[in-house]
Amino acid sequence: MKHSLEKHGLKEPAFREFVGAMTKGDVFTRLGFLIMGAGCAARGQIAKGLLLLAAQASYIYFMFSFGVVYLSDFATLGTVEQTTVWDEAVQINRVVPGDNSMMILLFSLLTIFISLIFLYVYFTSVRVGYQALKRHRAGAAMPTFIDDLKSLWNDKYHFVLLTLPTLGLLAFTVLPIIFMVAMAFTNLDRNHQPPGNLFTWVGFENFKEIFFSHPLKSRTFYRVLGWTLTWAVTATATCYIGGVALAILINNKRVQLKNMWRTFFVITIAVPQFASLLFIRQLLNDNGTLNIVLQNLGMITEPIKFLSTHARITVLVVNFWIGVPYTMLITTGILMNIPEDLFESARIDGAGPITIFRRITLPYLFFVTAPFLITQFVGNINNFNVIFLLTNGEPRTLDYFQAGKTDLLITWLYRQTVDEQNFNMAASIGIMIFIIVSVFSLITFNIVASGKKEEEFQ
Amino acid sequence: MSNFKRFLKHEVVDFLYHLLLAVMSVIWLLPVAWLILNSLRLEKDPYIAYILPKTFTLQNYVNLFTNTRDFDFPRWFMNTLTVAIFSCLISTLLILMISYTLSRLRFPARRLYMNILLILGMFPGFMAMVAVYHLLNLMNLTQTLTGLVVIYSSGAALTYYVAKGFFDTIPRSLDEAATLDGASKNTIFWRITLPMSRPIITYTIILTFIAPWVDFIFANVIMRGKSDKWTVAVGLRNMIERNNVLEYFTQFCAGIVVVSIPLVILFMLTQKNYVAGVTSGSTKG
Repeated sequence: MKHSLEKHGLKEPAFREFVGAMTKGDVFTRLGFLIMGAGCAARGQIAKGLLLLAAQASYIYFMFSFGVVYLSDFATLGTVEQTTVWDEAVQINRVVPGDNSMMILLFSLLTIFISLIFLYVYFTSVRVGYQALKRHRAGAAMPTFIDDLKSLWNDKYHFVLLTLPTLGLLAFTVLPIIFMVAMAFTNLDRNHQPPGNLFTWVGFENFKEIFFSHPLKSRTFYRVLGWTLTWAVTATATCYIGGVALAILINNKRVQLKNMWRTFFVITIAVPQFASLLFIRQLLNDNGTLNIVLQNLGMITEPIKFLSTHARITVLVVNFWIGVPYTMLITTGILMNIPEDLFESARIDGAGPITIFRRITLPYLFFVTAPFLITQFVGNINNFNVIFLLTNGEPRTLDYFQAGKTDLLITWLYRQTVDEQNFNMAASIGIMIFIIVSVFSLITFNIVASGKKEEEFQ
Repeated sequence: MSNFKRFLKHEVVDFLYHLLLAVMSVIWLLPVAWLILNSLRLEKDPYIAYILPKTFTLQNYVNLFTNTRDFDFPRWFMNTLTVAIFSCLISTLLILMISYTLSRLRFPARRLYMNILLILGMFPGFMAMVAVYHLLNLMNLTQTLTGLVVIYSSGAALTYYVAKGFFDTIPRSLDEAATLDGASKNTIFWRITLPMSRPIITYTIILTFIAPWVDFIFANVIMRGKSDKWTVAVGLRNMIERNNVLEYFTQFCAGIVVVSIPLVILFMLTQKNYVAGVTSGSTKG
């Protein structure tokens, strides 16, 4: 704290400071635009200056040894196709490697990424150089390297705590997402697989195909989208209503052994979903136990096609079985926490139990669980497990482009990557899911925004 | 007489309530009970017309751990356990760091940072998988347990909300008092905040520990056909592929029971915090 700029009235907005280094700086801070760390080193902050210089050197080395090689092909994603030539000497066909579009794309993005990070470091280096100059001019004490390190443990502590998680996110979430978004604008399908083939930029071609120009794909997209939304609305609504009803039932004053009932239902949540789904799948098979039992009882003559003809109903019912205990668990706590004075004042006003339930319990519950409902809805749009493990998208139909009647956008996306290798399609579907989810969340969260600021809770 | 009638009416309503709950409990517990019964059944046929096994046996459990030629369950179990332990340690640390920072420290880009995390969370988690696969490939990490640990723990930072909600509730006056006594932010984090946060630490540890046991999709894509690196979810699914289901169905049920028991216990332990976590996100930004 003792070296803070505020104390000396030297604090400036970041960008103005950057410009100031050029307009109001001395020769060393100006040199700092070319040689990073010059401004610091000139004012005695040698270690800091050297560190910045080292950063600059390694960036330049990185760019020339690696970055430029890939960036130069970024516009075309490679031009040299892999070929095979007959090698007379050893009498075999030898593969001559060409450009690998995938690597070019990935490494170009990586280079751009690193460049952006470097740009930030560069920007900061100019600023700290100028800050050193300002301190010098004001006659303020110059923080030593040790002081700087110490400040990391205090007023710059967020750097220490955020560096590791941020790097993890950048490498394994942000970079991959940008990579996939880029793929949506290429023709990387089954016929353009590296390293054997090249792929290249095609602009909005994939989106055009999905929306209208490719009859089969666009029909599939609209139908799968329609089912995804139907599924998400129905699945969310049924589980919510069922779960709330169950919670209210168990919470009823006259029900004995509340904890026992609750535990019964909670057990089903705790069994891993993949396990219960795979098990239920066996149960509902055409020659599974349920069908055999029904046939033996003489209730049906032909097996009921739970997993093909009636698959859409089956997934909704099974999802109900999975989702109800979950909603029950969440809403039970809320029901018990409704402020007692709400009921009290209602009773004084002469409200009967039904009015209280309709006018107080339900609105309160809905108000508190609204965000939960939104996340449930989004979760259902992306409900991979239930569909994939239960029906795997079945029944397949030739009406659709590599999809089935119960496929959601997310399972269609999965099939496009893992089974069909149409990464451009998969990426375009992913972007559509993102748009749907983000627009929906934005609108609904704004509607239900409770108006409470987070600071009030601290 | 009218008292007796009212009493009778009460009794009938009470009875109906409990009957309804009992019927629902049966519907919800039957598949679970039946799963356990299947795991104790000697007859291997998955498609049977009765519920109680004709002969009870523990052979399925014995086979699960000893007959490892085709399906090496002990191996999958150890794989999953290893991944779970490492990814739980790393994820918990990352989540605590990120949630504490966003809750207690104030820095210029804080809002922006939170908004970026929010937006990242809206992409379907699986979408980035292809790119992640290539990245891991570059590092020679595909088909390795390390690769799985990296995947589970790097994405964990996105689920910081619950822990942030908890940190938000710790009074700021504590921090201020410590600062006056000369404590640095670092000291406050490790010596004051974390010791007060046992519930949320337990919750985060349990949840991140459970994740690798129940994830199917990432493990499946990363490991593909490499069966000695499978996790239990991937392995068990392969056990009931079309060609194996007749032979291995009961053993598969035993496998599910073995995996589920510790998970059920862990879930019961963290149940209270779990509910608080899901609902606390509702009021805090």
